[in-house]
Amino acid sequence: MPATQLRVATVGSVDDGKSTLLGRLLHDTTSIFEDQLAALSRASRRYGDGDGLHLALLTDGLRAEREQGITIDVAYRYFATPRRSFVLADTPGHAQYTRNMVTGASVSDVAIVLVDARHGVVEQTRRHLAIASLLRVGHVVVAVNKMDLVGWSQERFDEILLDVAEVLERFGERPAVQAVPVSALLGDNVVARSDAAPWYDGPPLLAILEDIDPAPPAPVGARIAVQWTIRAGDYRGYAGTLVGGPLRVGDSVVSALTGLRSTVVRIERNGERAELAGTGDAVAVELADDLDVGRGDTLVVDGAPVAPVVTSSVVADVCWMVDRPLEPGATYLAKHGTRTVRATVEAVLDRIDLDALDRRPVERLGLNDIGGIKLTLASPIVADPYHVHRETGHLVLVDEHTNATAGAAVLRSVGA
Amino acid sequence: MTMTDTARATDQALDQLEAEAIGVIREVTAECRAPVLLFSGGKDSAVLLHLAAKAFRPGRVPFPVLHVDTGHNFPEVIAYRDEFVSSLRVELIVASVQDSIDRGRVPDPGPTGSRNRLQSVTLLDALAEHGFDAAFGGGRRDEDKARAKERLLSFRDRRGQWEPRLQRPEPWNVLNARISPGEHLRAFPLSNWTERDIWSAIARDGIPLPSIYFAHEREVVERQRMLLAVGGPVVLESGERSAHEIVRYRTVGDASCTGAIRSTATTIDEVLAEVATARITERGATRADDTFSDTAMEDRKREGYF
Repeated sequence: MPATQLRVATVGSVDDGKSTLLGRLLHDTTSIFEDQLAALSRASRRYGDGDGLHLALLTDGLRAEREQGITIDVAYRYFATPRRSFVLADTPGHAQYTRNMVTGASVSDVAIVLVDARHGVVEQTRRHLAIASLLRVGHVVVAVNKMDLVGWSQERFDEILLDVAEVLERFGERPAVQAVPVSALLGDNVVARSDAAPWYDGPPLLAILEDIDPAPPAPVGARIAVQWTIRAGDYRGYAGTLVGGPLRVGDSVVSALTGLRSTVVRIERNGERAELAGTGDAVAVELADDLDVGRGDTLVVDGAPVAPVVTSSVVADVCWMVDRPLEPGATYLAKHGTRTVRATVEAVLDRIDLDALDRRPVERLGLNDIGGIKLTLASPIVADPYHVHRETGHLVLVDEHTNATAGAAVLRSVGA
Repeated sequence: MTMTDTARATDQALDQLEAEAIGVIREVTAECRAPVLLFSGGKDSAVLLHLAAKAFRPGRVPFPVLHVDTGHNFPEVIAYRDEFVSSLRVELIVASVQDSIDRGRVPDPGPTGSRNRLQSVTLLDALAEHGFDAAFGGGRRDEDKARAKERLLSFRDRRGQWEPRLQRPEPWNVLNARISPGEHLRAFPLSNWTERDIWSAIARDGIPLPSIYFAHEREVVERQRMLLAVGGPVVLESGERSAHEIVRYRTVGDASCTGAIRSTATTIDEVLAEVATARITERGATRADDTFSDTAMEDRKREGYF
């Protein structure tokens, strides 16, 4: 049985019922406290459109969201069943808030793709599916919602699944896909099994989530992007988050930018002395020799199964998140790990066409577009392609004039 | 699942939360010119300060701690604050709401009026006076529905305001800490922690807390469904009757608007058991300031609140 916390994001188009579904999950697992229920009941009278509880108001917590009945930004909710704990990210469906959906989906193990059974897969569903596959979210659960409004039609359900599969097969690696017919509003097949669709013999949504076991990332060898140098008397330790594999006292490491080698003599793991640290730990590492290592450099364990690439040239798929278009010749700041370098857009290669489901050559990328770009960096980064190692295979583009976070990029290829 | 499995799972989950928080603390420290840690003496800021110490071990915490003092304190909390901060050899700066009142920066609410909302002005003035460009806070997303929307790194404009519609995206938790002069950032390393996680960390690491978090006898009065400690800003009004009860605090804030709960939990384990079966949220049970309106927290946050 999986003991880990599962990170789940709901994605899909506006009004397909994402917030209502999460509200239903929280409500039917009795994860809502009495005072929240009382506040929900008051808010439902004010903002709701019918009788009873308006469950979306559990996660649509901002004044503007409640007034407009939409989700603007990601809400994070935490709940547990006797079997495991969950972090739920309720992401917005509106195209204009795609950047917030990217934020929620980028750190999720599972994407629940909500589809309104009446409308089927629409452009924004396709955009979210394309983003989820580019981000390599490992598991997709298709929740076909509002099934009560199409008479729990199996034919309609199957049709929608085919449409979803078609999008997922076009971009990135096909994730594990499961599907369930639900009514978030009525609660059918969300927490408890429903008799409404006798042709569906699978488990309800919650049971599907409880059984998902996210695959651990493939080991590539320990990497630490140095965040900060800790000094105390004669001690000098390089602090950062360990990714890629375990690190032990006695291991030999190399500074990727300088090529200098040394041996690990002491490890602080989450602030405590340790002989061994694992992926995800916040570590501080003392080395036998005084190397010229600082923030932005990466320490790599010697003999790593996969060596990272030191490169000033990358090809990436970017999700563009600001109004000013991304054009060849433009310069941005690229934040990769703990290193920030100036990046020039060498070329815009293509754009994902969400109707034709293919890549088309374009001159520029506009707000909410997804497409391929080639970047030249003013100084090198220590990177892996995203499909090889997620943590070292992404970067964020920042507009240095407005300080806006302008693009989220996954590295398709590094070097050459 | 056996008890040991459960214990191991809790341990791993805490390790993961600690690593994430330490990563955020280090990253903001490296990217910002002058960070500061907001310390209220409450359990969340105690865990935050404890993690800041862990982040830079064996070195020292490379930034000071700021306490915004409403003047309506529990004396136990002030004594605790001084002892905990000095044990970590961290510099303590106290910004006082009374000073803001004396200097005419905020209206005087009178001896028994709430000073909770006034803290935002004192805080923003202190950040400007000392030139801090980033403030770590112990806010958690599970506390409130407006906080559930907050990023790890939250941008504040020149007037200290939060604009929830224009938050910076944080794909893969990459933090963009670039700001212009006069603007600042709030950083929330404990974003993904729940009240239970906080208590689990306190239990595991033996993090010191003010004594009022554990059951004790106190003279209290019930007002607007809150049990308020009699004394200081809380004076009995006509028709009110106080009683001596066994209570503890689930949150620690301004004494005029922080309520106690009836509890006999005197140890961390007993508190953990109580938290596990609680049916009311911590803010709902203990904070009069959040029950004023449906969006009370969002409204205060927009003004620059913690």
